[in-house]
Amino acid sequence: MTRALYISLALVMMCCAHRALGEDLVIGSKRFTESYILGEIATQIVRSAGQTTVHRQGMGNTAILFEALKTGQIHLYPDYSGTVARELLHSDATDLDALNRGLRPLGLAAGLPLGFENTYALAMREERANALGISRISDLAPHAELRLGLSHEFLQRSDGWPGLRARYALPQRAVGLDHGLAYEAIAPGQIDVMDIYSTDAKIGRYHLRVLVDDKNYFPRYDAVFVYRLDVPRRFPLAWAALTKLENSIDAQSMIAMNAKAELEGQSFADVAQAFVSARFGHATASSTGAVWWRRVFGDDFARLTVQHLLLVAVSLALAVLIGVPLGIWAARNEAANQAILAGVGVIQTVPALALLAFLIPVLGRIGIIPALVALFLYALLPIVRNTQSGLRDIAPSLRESAIALGLPDFARLRLIELPLAARAILSGIKTAAVISVGTATIAAFIGAGGYGERIVTGLALNDHALLLAGALPAALLALLVQLLFDLLDRWLISPGLRR
Amino acid sequence: MIEIEALSKSIQGKCVLAPITLRFAPHRTTVIIGPSGCGKTTLLRLILGLSVPDRGRVSLQGEQLAATNAQRLRSQVGYVVQDGGLFPHLTARRNVELMAAYLRRPADQVHTRCAALAELVKLPLDRLERYPSQLSGGERQRVALMRALMLDPPVLLLDEPLAALDPLTRHALQTDLAQIFARLSKTVVLVTHDLHEAAYLGDEILLMRAGRVVQRGTLDDLLERPAEPFVTDFIRAQRADARLSATRSRLG
Repeated sequence: MTRALYISLALVMMCCAHRALGEDLVIGSKRFTESYILGEIATQIVRSAGQTTVHRQGMGNTAILFEALKTGQIHLYPDYSGTVARELLHSDATDLDALNRGLRPLGLAAGLPLGFENTYALAMREERANALGISRISDLAPHAELRLGLSHEFLQRSDGWPGLRARYALPQRAVGLDHGLAYEAIAPGQIDVMDIYSTDAKIGRYHLRVLVDDKNYFPRYDAVFVYRLDVPRRFPLAWAALTKLENSIDAQSMIAMNAKAELEGQSFADVAQAFVSARFGHATASSTGAVWWRRVFGDDFARLTVQHLLLVAVSLALAVLIGVPLGIWAARNEAANQAILAGVGVIQTVPALALLAFLIPVLGRIGIIPALVALFLYALLPIVRNTQSGLRDIAPSLRESAIALGLPDFARLRLIELPLAARAILSGIKTAAVISVGTATIAAFIGAGGYGERIVTGLALNDHALLLAGALPAALLALLVQLLFDLLDRWLISPGLRR
Repeated sequence: MIEIEALSKSIQGKCVLAPITLRFAPHRTTVIIGPSGCGKTTLLRLILGLSVPDRGRVSLQGEQLAATNAQRLRSQVGYVVQDGGLFPHLTARRNVELMAAYLRRPADQVHTRCAALAELVKLPLDRLERYPSQLSGGERQRVALMRALMLDPPVLLLDEPLAALDPLTRHALQTDLAQIFARLSKTVVLVTHDLHEAAYLGDEILLMRAGRVVQRGTLDDLLERPAEPFVTDFIRAQRADARLSATRSRLG
């Protein structure tokens, strides 16, 4: 008991310590490799300037990041000028002045152009391009025999193939291809030209030449940071360090970094650290470089723990509130029994990810709500079944003794049957709780947070240490929950039932 | 007082109780005896309304038993089963006081009553704070008897209350039961398969076989005026059994 107390005290203290350290600069990133890396680079630069910082990795799409920035949950994140212009300001003007005119009223700004852009582009195999003497998109026009394999999205978009074809008067016909397959098709020469993002990790591996957009058809997608206007004032040291990033990354470096992460399986932190130390010379404390357990108790530990516990506690409480009465009903009514046990049994056979995928459209949202619903549904079976069997296993002589005493129905349930079944019910709740701690890691796939966030990121980054830094606390938490319920058993269950 | 009129019951198509009409007079102890499966336990369960008869009526204290009044009538009846039927999650005291506490009787009154009952059934007071699993078989039956008597019901039903006890404990409890019945002078119906116990505890004996009453009377009636040959056979078998076990215990 004292041990559990110490552990929970330690958790509370960690939360407090986390709060007391002064304000963190919070950096966000979107859910794709390049954004993770840029976010991590900024984080390490800021940290090396002596500013405490939190990198909220892979938060979601542009809309989510922009919302987080506006509400102050994050202070800055990497984005692209064209994205900011089109998706956020609904304009075509992509130069920084135009962006800032649009952002200023929102209390935001864009700046620190990093020196590369990540736009749509066309690419060919290096040797084929060489043979034909092609380096610009206009060079394609004389070669009507070239086969173009373009992604379906690019084929459809008004700023994609139809406009491009018109601008450059291209004679070729294009076939639609899955983007991932296009690389496999271009390598053996089944197609000659494909559309890419200009910093795709695979550009180097497949020896592709990115064709110059000599008629400036594609909008500018310069990599920049979008930040809250008060960041330079509130975090002067960090800002001074960040300005060094201006024009420090060219497209080749970015492609190489993307490749290291995506194709070689290096962690984002390692990729960023290699860049920062090569470019700026100082060895920053990369998270992988740090002692591993420090990663476990990293900046996000308190937040993830609280999220994880909340997911489990709320869903479990709901499952108890619904599951125990269902179990009672099942125990007392044969017709209901079949239907209820079949129902909760079927739910259990649905894979967790499928259930989440199903719940998102049904509930019309992602995040905590569908995660809670899914965890609640999974917790039902052990609770319902143990309640039902706990009640049914009561010796008939005891049940009849209670009737013979003259206790009315509800009083019998409350005073005799539920206390007698309490042990079975509690162990059902324990099973549900322990399973819930494990299943809750999956909730991170739909943005509900918890330790799963590290597991999901670790999977995405091929970062086994990070994956473990998520899996281990989850496992420990499961043990802790088990311990807690063993204590509850000792407190709640009558000593008369224990021998 | 218990009145039974044309009561019958079948379980899974098999008749366990032929239509029976009986009256158990107040302040008398009637012992129902008979071989296993003769319907004696079924009869007791029907009286309590634990089982629903196919036909016929049960009246307790002049009131006919029905689903609507069963709960109220049950508090007029104390019930003790073979293994005591004590609730394992409650201490002996909580078992005894359960119903009184549920009915919100004043606590000091309940405690006084509990102490008096402990004295009546000769249970040391410290046993009351123990859980059933911490009591001996005989103590458990004494607690069960206390629980049955807590609300001072006019009727007491006991279903083989001594069957699970070792011979010494059984003998001690038998003696005590006889005294208690005499002192309380309630309408007692006790089911057993032991003729000696029946003769010792009962004002009269009711011998059953295959769902019907074979003979009702004192042991002397049964011995001297058997209603049918089965009565004599049953008594002879019981006596042989008793002699055999007496021989065995001498040899052992």
